[in-house]
Amino acid sequence: MYLLKRKKGDYMEDKNMEIVYPGSVIIDSLDVIPGQNVYRVGSKVISKRVGIVVKKGSIINVVPLNGVYIPKVGDFVIGEIVDIGVSFWVVDINSPYDAYLGIYDTKDFIEKESDLADYYDVGDLIFAKISKVTRTKFVNVTLKDPQAKKLGKGMVINVTPSRVPRIIGKGGSMIKLIKERTNTRIYVGQNGAIWISGENMEIAAEAIFYVEEHSVVKGLTEKVAELLDKRLGDANGKKDKEE
Amino acid sequence: MITQTTKDYLVRLLKKEERRDGRKLDEFRKVMIEKDIGENAEGSARVRIGNTEVIVGIKMQVGEPYPDKPDEGVMITMCEFLPMASSSFEAGPPGEDEIELGRVIDRGIREGKVIDTKKLVIVPGEKVWTIFVDIYVVNDDGNLYDAAAIAAMAALTVTKIPKLDENHEIIEGEYEGKLPLNHTVISLTAYKAENVIFLDPTHQEESIIDSRLTVGVREDGKIVSLQKGMEGSWTEEEIIKSIEMLQKKAKPFIKQVVK
Amino acid sequence: MVKKIKRSDGRAPDELRKPYIIKAGVVKRAQGSALVQSGKTIVIAAVYGPKKVIPKHLEDRDKAILRCRYNMITFSVKDRKKPGPDKRSVEISKVIANALSRVVMLEEYPRTLIDVDLEVIQADAGTRVAALTAASVALADAGIAMKDLMPAVAAGRANGQILLDLTKEEEDAEDAVDMPFAYIPSTGEITLLQMDGIVDLNEIKKMIDLAKKGAQQIYELQVKALKERYAALATLSEVVK
Repeated sequence: MYLLKRKKGDYMEDKNMEIVYPGSVIIDSLDVIPGQNVYRVGSKVISKRVGIVVKKGSIINVVPLNGVYIPKVGDFVIGEIVDIGVSFWVVDINSPYDAYLGIYDTKDFIEKESDLADYYDVGDLIFAKISKVTRTKFVNVTLKDPQAKKLGKGMVINVTPSRVPRIIGKGGSMIKLIKERTNTRIYVGQNGAIWISGENMEIAAEAIFYVEEHSVVKGLTEKVAELLDKRLGDANGKKDKEE
Repeated sequence: MITQTTKDYLVRLLKKEERRDGRKLDEFRKVMIEKDIGENAEGSARVRIGNTEVIVGIKMQVGEPYPDKPDEGVMITMCEFLPMASSSFEAGPPGEDEIELGRVIDRGIREGKVIDTKKLVIVPGEKVWTIFVDIYVVNDDGNLYDAAAIAAMAALTVTKIPKLDENHEIIEGEYEGKLPLNHTVISLTAYKAENVIFLDPTHQEESIIDSRLTVGVREDGKIVSLQKGMEGSWTEEEIIKSIEMLQKKAKPFIKQVVK
Repeated sequence: MVKKIKRSDGRAPDELRKPYIIKAGVVKRAQGSALVQSGKTIVIAAVYGPKKVIPKHLEDRDKAILRCRYNMITFSVKDRKKPGPDKRSVEISKVIANALSRVVMLEEYPRTLIDVDLEVIQADAGTRVAALTAASVALADAGIAMKDLMPAVAAGRANGQILLDLTKEEEDAEDAVDMPFAYIPSTGEITLLQMDGIVDLNEIKKMIDLAKKGAQQIYELQVKALKERYAALATLSEVVK
C-alpha cells in the first residue's frame, strides 16, 4: 500500500509526483471526495489506474498515465470518417467506440436526397466535439461549434490519450511553443490523435512524442525548447549546405 | 428464462436461510443412483438429483500406455451436455463448461487413486487398458457437478474388464472380472450466492450463484482435489467451513455408491 | 515415510523461486504487457483492449468481455507440445479469466472486448499462477480500471513438507500436492483455488497460509514492476541527444 501524504493544493504542482497503481490507497479520510479513476472502500480512497494523484479542492482524482480513449462529452477529438449511413457518418475516434455524426450536426446545409459523401467522404478527417455519450457508450459528435472543422491534408500521429493535457501544456503553452518554433499548424484531439501540417511537421511530431514520454516532468518546457532549437538548427544547417 | 424479480426473491430467501422447495441450505434433493443402465458399456450408472439427470458409461479399450507411465492403464474423461438437457445448451464440440466439469470429475478419480491402474497392463510398455469415463448430462436442473461425480464413481464400481483373445482383441460379451478399485472418491460442491453458502442448487438457484467450490473426498476422509469455479471469491474461513461440511456430506454417498 | 529433506534448489519451504522477476511493458505492440519469470518458468502476458467486439452480436451492453487465452508454446516443455488448445489450456484460460473478473472493472467498458494473451515460454511448474500474476500487471499497464492487482502462487506438499512455489521436480514427488492460489491483497478474497493430491484439512490450512504469504511478496514485486515502468515518466533522465 502506498499512502501519499500531501499538503493542500494541486498535487500536479508538487516536485516529486508519486505514481499510484490499481489498489494503492491514496488517502484514508472521510473528508475528501473520490473523483475520477478512484473508488472508496470504507474511509479509504483507492486508485483504479496507474496514474498521478491530483487534488482539486476536496476531490481526489487520479490522472491516468495510460489507457485507450474513452469518450467524454465536451472533448474535442480528431476522427476519420469510416462509413456513411442514410443520415449519418460513422467516425473512427481512436477508441473502442465509434462516434456518429448526424446530418444536422454539421455546419453545412445538406440538401435532401443528396449524397452524403459529397460533404464528408470516407477517409476525411474532422476535428469534432463529443456532444453525447449514452450509458452504454453510444457516441455522437458535432461540428456545430466554432472550433470544430474539417481538416485538410496533414499528418496524424497518435499519442497516449491520457497524456494529451501535458502536450497542450498550461494554458496551451507547450503546444504553442511547438507550433511557433516549427511554424506548423497543429490540432490536438483529446483522443490522442494529433493533426500536424507544415514544413517542419516531422520535428513537431518528434517534440510531441518527447513530451508524451516525459509528460510527468518539471522543467519540460525548457527541455522541449532546447530540443526544437537543436533540430531546427540542424535542419537549417542542412538546407544551407544543399543550397 | 429467469427474471430479475425471481432472482431477487431467491436471494431474499437464501439470506433468511430458506429455499423455494423448503430445503435447508445444506440439504440435498432426493438422490437416486441406478447402476448398469447400458448394455454396451462395461459399466454405467444414472444419477438423478431431483430433476437433474446424468448418465455415465465406462468403455474399455486396448490402447497404448503413456510414455512416462509404461506400466499403468490410462483413464480419459469426457463430458457432454446433450442439447436436450437445457435450452441454453448447443450441439457441437465441448465448450468450456463441459471441459471444466469433465476435468474436475477426472481430477477427483485420478488424484484419489480410485482405479488400480497398475493392474491394467496387458503387455508392459505396449498394451494397457484405456478406460473412457463418458459423462452425459441428460437433464440440467442444477448441481451437475455432484450428479456427475456420483454417477462416475457408481459406474466405476460395476465396471467389468472384457476378456481378450490371444491377439489381445476383445471377446464380445465375455468378461474376466471387475475393474480393480483401491478407493472411493465423491466430489461434492459448495455453492455461494450473495455470501450465503449452500448445497445442491436447482437450475433456478444456479442463476444467482457467483462461485462454487468442488472438493474431492475419499472414503478415508482425505481431500484429494479442490476446484474453485466461476467468478466469485472465497475467504479462507468459508473454504475451511465448506470443506468440513462436504467431508461430512460425502460419507453417505460413498457408502451408497459401493453398495 | 516422511523425511525432512532440503529443497533441491536450496530454498526454505516458504521461499519463492529464484530468480522471481516481474517486468511490465515487454510487448510494445500491446496496450499493456508483462513478463513473469519464476525460476525456470517464464510467462508473457499481453493485453489488447478494450476494443470493439467482433462479431458485434457477442457484445455485452453492460460490460466488457474479458477473454483469456493461456497457451504453452511447442518448445516450452521437453516433449514437443502439440500446438493449439487442449482441455487443460481451455480450463486454465477459464479459471484465470474468472479470477481476473473479480478485480477488473468490466462495467466501465460496456460493449467492448479485453483480450489477455498468456504465452508460456518455458514451463517448470506453476505456469498458471505465473500467467495470472503477469496478467494483472499487464492489465494495469494497459490502463484498465481495476480494484487491485492480483498476485498468484502455488503452495503444495512434497516429501512430507508443506512448500511454497513448487518446481516440476518437487511436483513429481511421490506424495506431491499442488495448490494453485490467487487472491486480492486488499480484501483477502481468494479468487483462484485448485488442488491435486491427497491431503487432510490441516494441511490445506497450512498451504493457504503459506500461499497468502507468498502472494504478498509477489504483490510487492508487481507494484515494483509497474513503478519501474512508469518512474521514467516522472524523471527527466534522458538528455536531448
